[in-house]
This record gives sequence, structure tokens and C-alpha cells, in this order.
Amino acid sequence: MSRVRAFMAFLYDFIVGDDPVIAGVVVIALGVTALLAAGGAAAWWVMPAAVAGALSWSVLRAGR
Amino acid sequence: MSHDALLFASVFLACAVEGVEAVTIVLAAGITRGWRSAWAGVAAALAALAAFVALMGPALTALPLSALRLVVGGLLLVFGLQWLRKAILRASGFKALHDEDAIYAEEVAELGGLPVAAQGLDAFGFTVSFKGVLLEGLEVAFIVVTFGSNQQNVPLAVVAALAAVAAVVTAGVIAHRPLSRVPENTLKYAVGVMLTSFGMFWGAEGAGASWPGGDGAIPVLVAFTLLVSLALVATLRRRHSRIGAVGGSEVRA
Repeated sequence: MSRVRAFMAFLYDFIVGDDPVIAGVVVIALGVTALLAAGGAAAWWVMPAAVAGALSWSVLRAGR
Repeated sequence: MSHDALLFASVFLACAVEGVEAVTIVLAAGITRGWRSAWAGVAAALAALAAFVALMGPALTALPLSALRLVVGGLLLVFGLQWLRKAILRASGFKALHDEDAIYAEEVAELGGLPVAAQGLDAFGFTVSFKGVLLEGLEVAFIVVTFGSNQQNVPLAVVAALAAVAAVVTAGVIAHRPLSRVPENTLKYAVGVMLTSFGMFWGAEGAGASWPGGDGAIPVLVAFTLLVSLALVATLRRRHSRIGAVGGSEVRA
């Protein structure tokens, strides 16, 4: 059981990393992009905006 | 220009673009995380790709490439942002320069019960190489099948694709030595920028967005990511110099 737990912890660290908010923002931004694109609107700007916002928020919070 | 020459040039250029993307990612993974894991990722991706192409054949055109781009792009973006976040904190003095290896060693030690083969490979380097080569390889196969069957000359399309891959891999081998002399932390910063940029590009394409300029948007995304990260480094350096005298500014993550 502890091996399974250790492996799950490793997977979490591997995929999500130090700041879960970044992974969450990426998932939400991809969803918003998909919704906008499905509606026929320009959606390319969502990912750069989300990346700039999430990265700024994360490092500025870490450097407080 | 004859139809054959046009077909060759189109497939060569399209496959070269895909090849450059794959080689960039493999170079980044190999130089920063070790070549053993990067090559293992390449070999596994090529094996999976060969099996997949053999099974699917012309049915490759029905492959849901968008879904694949969405998943690979999303994961690359999360990985890239993790790297970039750490690189920014290191470059601004909020994180020690060489703690990445120590943290990784801790993670490997926690996996004490896993088979030796799994511990011997760097999971990050393997996964990034595997996904990059598999996705780009599938796109190359897709280009060959669609262009080749439309012009009723799949063999010529295959030759053009092989020529493009050979040219790009040769360029990658030549670039490998100069790149290996760049300081480790600078490389990790660059890898974070590259993974984040490719992740944005593929993720958005997979979600259905169209980039202005098509593949030409990639260098623009690289420049954008670099500028945002450098601005953050500058901001954090000023903050670090203000509180540095106190001596308690280093963060764990």
C-alpha cells in the first residue's frame, strides 16, 4: 500500500508539480479555448493570456 | 514545377517543420535530463509509432490528431510552466541554483519499491521525449498519407519525409555539442520557455483554436514567453534585493 501511495505521490508531483494552481489554470484555459473555438470566436489568445497570468501570480506569490 | 517536384517540396517542408519541433524537444530533454532517458523516450515513441502505422495504414487519416494535440499540449504546458517557475525563482535569487537534482533524488528515493529499470530512467526526460516524438511522428505519417494519396504517389511522399527527417536530425546532432556547453541553469530556463511555448501552441490547436500564421506562431510564442519570464525575473530581483539583507528570502518550491 505504501508503494502505491508513494507512486501516486510521485505521479502527482510529476504531473501537477509545486503549484497545483498552474495545472488548474491550464485545464481551465484549454476548456475556455475549446468553448470559444466551438462558438466560432477567435480563441488563440486565451493560452498566452492564461500562461502570463498564472506564471506571474505563482512566482510573485512564491517570492513574497 | 512538376506535380512530383511540388509533392516532394510540400512534404519535405511540412515534415521538416514537424521534425524541428521533435528534435528541439529531444535536445532539450537530453541535455538537461540525460541522454539515456531521452533516447529511451525516442526509441519507445518510434516503436509505438511503427506499430501504430503498421496497424492503421491508410486509416491514419481518421486519427483524432486534435485530441492528441490537446492532451500532449496540455501536459507539456504544465511541465513547461513548472520548469519556468523554478527557473524564474532561481534566476531572481529566491531559489538555490542546484536544488533540482536534490529534489529529484528525494523523489526517486521515495520510489524505493519500484523495479530497478523504472528507477534507472529519468521519468521527465523519457516522457517529454516520448510525447514529442510520438506526436510529431504521427503528424509526419499523417502528412505522408494525405499528401501522397491525394497525388497518388505515396512512395515519393515517404522519400520526401525521410529526407526531411534526416536533414533535421543531422542539424540536431551538429547543434548538440555547442548546446552542451551552455550553463545548466540557463538551459533549464530555455527548456521551460520552449516547453511552455510548444504546449500553448499544441494545446490551443488541439482545443480547436487556429493560430494566426499557423506554425509561424511558434517563434512568436517563444519570444512572448521569454519576455514575460524576463519581466518577472526583473521584478523579483528588485524585490529580492530589498529583502535580501534580512536573509530569509529563499523559497522551497
